[in-house]
Amino acid sequence: MNRPILAVDNLEVSFHTQSGIVDAVRGVSFSLQKGETLAIVGESGSGKSVTAKSILGLLPKQIASKRAGKIIYEGKNILEFSLRKMQALRGAEISMVFQDPMTSLNPTMTIGKQLMEGLYRHRKVSKAKAAQKAVEMLQMVGIPNAEERVNTYPHQFSGGMRQRVVIAMALACDPKILIADEPTTALDVTIQAQIMDLMRNLQKKTGTAIILITHDLGVVAKMAQKVAVMYAGEIVETGPVEDIFYRPMHPYTRGLLQSMPRLDAPRDEPLIPIPGFPPDLSHPQRGCPFAPRCAHVMKVCNAFFPLPKETHNGHMAKCWLLDERANHRDRLVRECREVSDHG
Amino acid sequence: MIRFLLKRFGIMVTTLFIIATATFFLMKLLPGTPYSNPDKLSEQQIAMMNQKYGLDQPVPIQYARYMGNLIQGDLGVSLHYKGRPVSQIILERIGPSALIGFQALIFGSFIGLALGIISALKPNTLFDYGSVTLAVLGMSIPSFVLASLLQYYIGVKLKWLPPGLWESYTSSLLPSLALSVIVIATVARFIRGEMLEVLGQEYIMTARAKGVTEWGVVMRHVLRNSLIPVVTMMGPLAVGIITGTLVVEKIFSVPGLGEQFILSIMSKDYSVIMGVTLFYSALFILTVFVVDVLYGILDPRIRETEGGRT
Repeated sequence: MNRPILAVDNLEVSFHTQSGIVDAVRGVSFSLQKGETLAIVGESGSGKSVTAKSILGLLPKQIASKRAGKIIYEGKNILEFSLRKMQALRGAEISMVFQDPMTSLNPTMTIGKQLMEGLYRHRKVSKAKAAQKAVEMLQMVGIPNAEERVNTYPHQFSGGMRQRVVIAMALACDPKILIADEPTTALDVTIQAQIMDLMRNLQKKTGTAIILITHDLGVVAKMAQKVAVMYAGEIVETGPVEDIFYRPMHPYTRGLLQSMPRLDAPRDEPLIPIPGFPPDLSHPQRGCPFAPRCAHVMKVCNAFFPLPKETHNGHMAKCWLLDERANHRDRLVRECREVSDHG
Repeated sequence: MIRFLLKRFGIMVTTLFIIATATFFLMKLLPGTPYSNPDKLSEQQIAMMNQKYGLDQPVPIQYARYMGNLIQGDLGVSLHYKGRPVSQIILERIGPSALIGFQALIFGSFIGLALGIISALKPNTLFDYGSVTLAVLGMSIPSFVLASLLQYYIGVKLKWLPPGLWESYTSSLLPSLALSVIVIATVARFIRGEMLEVLGQEYIMTARAKGVTEWGVVMRHVLRNSLIPVVTMMGPLAVGIITGTLVVEKIFSVPGLGEQFILSIMSKDYSVIMGVTLFYSALFILTVFVVDVLYGILDPRIRETEGGRT
């Protein structure tokens, strides 16, 4: 296998909050190959956004009290980079698209200026060149009348158009990695599909690797080659997208897949939710964080943290059921098959 | 844009008209006469004087006459200073007041902005606590208390600056300083709050994610967006300065318009009261108007809706 362009190794992030220290990310590891799309899925509060923001060092210092582990980009641990070195990296090598396009653009600056800002910073281009590139970028993301639109303000754009602008901004300096933090969550369903198509086409054109953070498994199926499922600040299962969808090993992943609405199911068939709530990360418990919600919980789950079990070609899950000693193993395998038969 | 300006102008004139009417009738309710020693004048003398200045007419007639003159731009003559036109009195007196006021506003804004910006960039540090405490103090201490303190300690005890009167430029410094404290406090507190809010906005993270330096983030993204609400504050602040001069000028014996205003109320110099009130009101209305226009320039979202297509 090639050397990955980005490797996150045992990343830990904690926050100081009023209710104490919250361990939001607890030992996350993953790697990203050139031109690949990795989806990080999980419910709210699972630490996926925090993971993404800490790659660029965007978490406020006053709150993010502890960061440990390694983030290796092109052989260097960028977690130890100074602010200045990070600033040179942001936007030029790794850039980011945020969740809500209604708030992620400066309301008092024309979108052209916002597009050109990164170009000035990283490419040291002339004003005319930057202006020309801004128009080109807007055309590339499918904004009509780009020559006129560069001089308008964000409030003159719809949500979907704004997200196109944000994507254009992120790609302006040809970064090697694009981190998209729930880029379609705040948009209409029809617009969501357009934005995802746009990102896929741009990726084909530019060869940018994408880390896609989402809780929409439909988006994952369309976009990603690799999936990491996060729960309570940990990656509980990761692997190639086919394995995750057709051979999920972790009960949480199965729960997520079952809770997804499908078009071919009978209309009166209710969705199957995962009962319970995610754990409170300010009071971490012993053992597996999913144990209180798990239908297959065993004694060992509440006492010890499950060790990662890798099956084949990078498919890994952390669950005691995968241990040879677990007597539920047969049932687990059977249920996995049922889910995959549905899909 | 022109329609917007015309509409605003109409509103401004109407406001002035209402103020003139209200002031006129309220002023007529003041007890006493414009004459300094009415006891020593005979009834005949008073009657003659009243006739001369039209004060023997019923109040509605006096009002109609005054408004008629006002529309022609005539503020009338002073009753106290033998026939001197009110406009001339205002022009003579406005110089010191304007100097003190502008100095206070500009000095106060700069210091306030500096304090507030540093506080917002280094929140919860010793500097921040210091400047917040200072701001609360500055807002709670009335300017006349501060004026007296400054006058006594800096003017009389230390003799660094003249404690009163209007002899050279240095005479304007203490009154300006006394007035500027409220501006410093308000601006510092306001810009600090606004900047902290803007710093938490997602577009700031977008800017950082583009690799913009902290300096660039503050200068290009934070400041402009935080200044918009501060500009709105400048209107009431300027008015506060105007009313502040009334008292502060009296304390420092500055021959300004504020002092004249108080004198004219004491002596029931009707036409001067009217003239100065209208002048202050016009200034206030104009300030609010300028703030509104500035607001539109700073915030493109307002431009679109209020000023029509630009």
